Amino acid sequence: MDAEAGPGTPGAVTLRRVCVIGGGTIGSLLAGHLSRVCEVWVLTRRAEHAERLEREGLRISGKSELVGRVRATSEVSELPAFDLGIVAVKATDLEQVAALLAGAAPDATMMTIQNGLGAENVVARHGDWPLISSVTFMSGTRHSDAHVEYELDTATWLGPWSGTRTSMAAVEAVARLINASGLRAEVFSDLVPAQWSKLIFNSAINSVAALTELPHVALFADEDALGPVVGALIDEGKAVAEAGGINLYEDPWEMNLLAVARGETNRSDYAHLPSMLEDVLAHRPTEVEFIAGAVVREAARRGVAVPLTAAVHRLIKGREASWELPRTRPAEVGV
Amino acid sequence: MRVCVVGTGAVGSLFAAHLAQVDEVEVWAYDVAEPHVEAINRNGLRLTGNADLLGHVHATTDPADIPPCEFGIVATKSMFTRDAIAWAAPAFGGGAVASVQNGVGNEEVIAEHVERVIRGTTFPAGHVVEPGVVNMDTTGDTWLGPFEPRPASMDEVSRLARAITAGGMNTIALEDARGAQWTKLIFNAATNPIGALTRLTHGRVCELPETRRLVTALVDEGKAVADALGITLDSDPDELVDHAARVAYEHRASMLQDVLAERHTEIDALNGGIVSFGREQGVPTPLNEAIAALIKGLEHSWSQPR
Repeated sequence: MDAEAGPGTPGAVTLRRVCVIGGGTIGSLLAGHLSRVCEVWVLTRRAEHAERLEREGLRISGKSELVGRVRATSEVSELPAFDLGIVAVKATDLEQVAALLAGAAPDATMMTIQNGLGAENVVARHGDWPLISSVTFMSGTRHSDAHVEYELDTATWLGPWSGTRTSMAAVEAVARLINASGLRAEVFSDLVPAQWSKLIFNSAINSVAALTELPHVALFADEDALGPVVGALIDEGKAVAEAGGINLYEDPWEMNLLAVARGETNRSDYAHLPSMLEDVLAHRPTEVEFIAGAVVREAARRGVAVPLTAAVHRLIKGREASWELPRTRPAEVGV
Repeated sequence: MRVCVVGTGAVGSLFAAHLAQVDEVEVWAYDVAEPHVEAINRNGLRLTGNADLLGHVHATTDPADIPPCEFGIVATKSMFTRDAIAWAAPAFGGGAVASVQNGVGNEEVIAEHVERVIRGTTFPAGHVVEPGVVNMDTTGDTWLGPFEPRPASMDEVSRLARAITAGGMNTIALEDARGAQWTKLIFNAATNPIGALTRLTHGRVCELPETRRLVTALVDEGKAVADALGITLDSDPDELVDHAARVAYEHRASMLQDVLAERHTEIDALNGGIVSFGREQGVPTPLNEAIAALIKGLEHSWSQPR
């Protein structure tokens, strides 16, 4: 472990206590690893989840093997003051959770790690914490409240959010802490190009996966199968980015090819289930408004036509409506 | 008159049972589902729901049993047209064969095996309740016309239409049945896959502004292709969509039923048909193309390990 990378490293930014908000897959991977290098609290939605973490610790298997000693609670009022908050709840739960956090840890730096666009704005509405934007490419499988498997050990990218005066020193300190914990972090002075690369990638891949119920397999890059649709969705996203003057950090189609190649060769049974597909299969609300929906809204703002992205956005909204309770028909009410 | 219905799922059974009500028509049914065929031979073919009748029908799973017929009515799912007509064709050596299937492209396949072909479109729908029993879910008209490249005579078309009408299903003989066919094609291609991808009933698809707008966008692409082909539609498919929402709110599109049962869908004959005719005419159909690819992907997901 990098001796210089521990907590309390000189540079004015001290990160002794981290609070991970949300104990899903990403939140658990962060909390478990970070518990090696600093004090970690986990804010959970369910009390029994917090009790189990306090009792058993948090087990990480796969690319890392450890049992992290973490503190946990489901009550914001029980959290001690912390230096860094990592908001790792699903985008659809963000508004509610950020409202609960209002007034907590006034001196903390907050980091968002949600898919899509707009998480920083939601958090910023509930406090004036300096915000760090991030996008993560790591993935895992959550086996239980106290056990998550670390699968793709790819990096998390961090950058200061332009809406708050977040210092590069703070971003660098967080990246050092994450790297020291055994995860991988990279610092960007401007994260927007990388955020948009991932947004466009997710808008195409997650949407197509959710609708076809396919994991991200080779068909997504196959010219005789889903390749043309995925490519057309990506092209629409790129046109929106271009209209906004954003130079993408990575080409989303290349990201698709790479992910598919990794899936096909690295482990034959590897097939990543994009989170939106997991949500669809579990009949949970999806993050579509933050992903394809965000592309549609940005496109409208910039006067770019995105008919296919609009179509998948509408189809997923329709799919979500299919597991709401059937509404009473006007005819049944009787007039 | 002897008629053989090829494929007696829901729609084929509606035709067979209604035709069997007409004294001078002898009805045969060719199907691969043995329990259904046995039940029909034992108890007759029973319709419930919007029709309540019992038809005396000769059913068989062996095409060699079918005696020479004046007319054939192909009512299989479109992906089975090729096999079904290849097997049944010898019975139609001197006859004319109609398609009453979904989508476009079926008549072309039938014409590879028989001399005279009738283009057909039908609106009644149903579902198989149990072997030998089919519920008629919706009523509606059927349109028949000569298939232009290998046409049956107008006299033949009219005789078949009169027989079906006499049996209780109103059928209209037309010189050009393409308008009726494309009206239904565009309607189906705009609504079926939306129901299948969202799992929503037809009424809910129309109620949600998001999905309703998508239906119109798909209809518009289909209309542009029909236009380029010089086809005058019977009615506006977009209005049919709203009409269907009123009369068939709870209807699950057949493609949705297929998806729920993890059966292959008719996407190739529906959106796939619009795409290939569009390509031929130089009319872009990007939405239909995307929807077809998504449905194909969904079909593929059933063979993924899980």
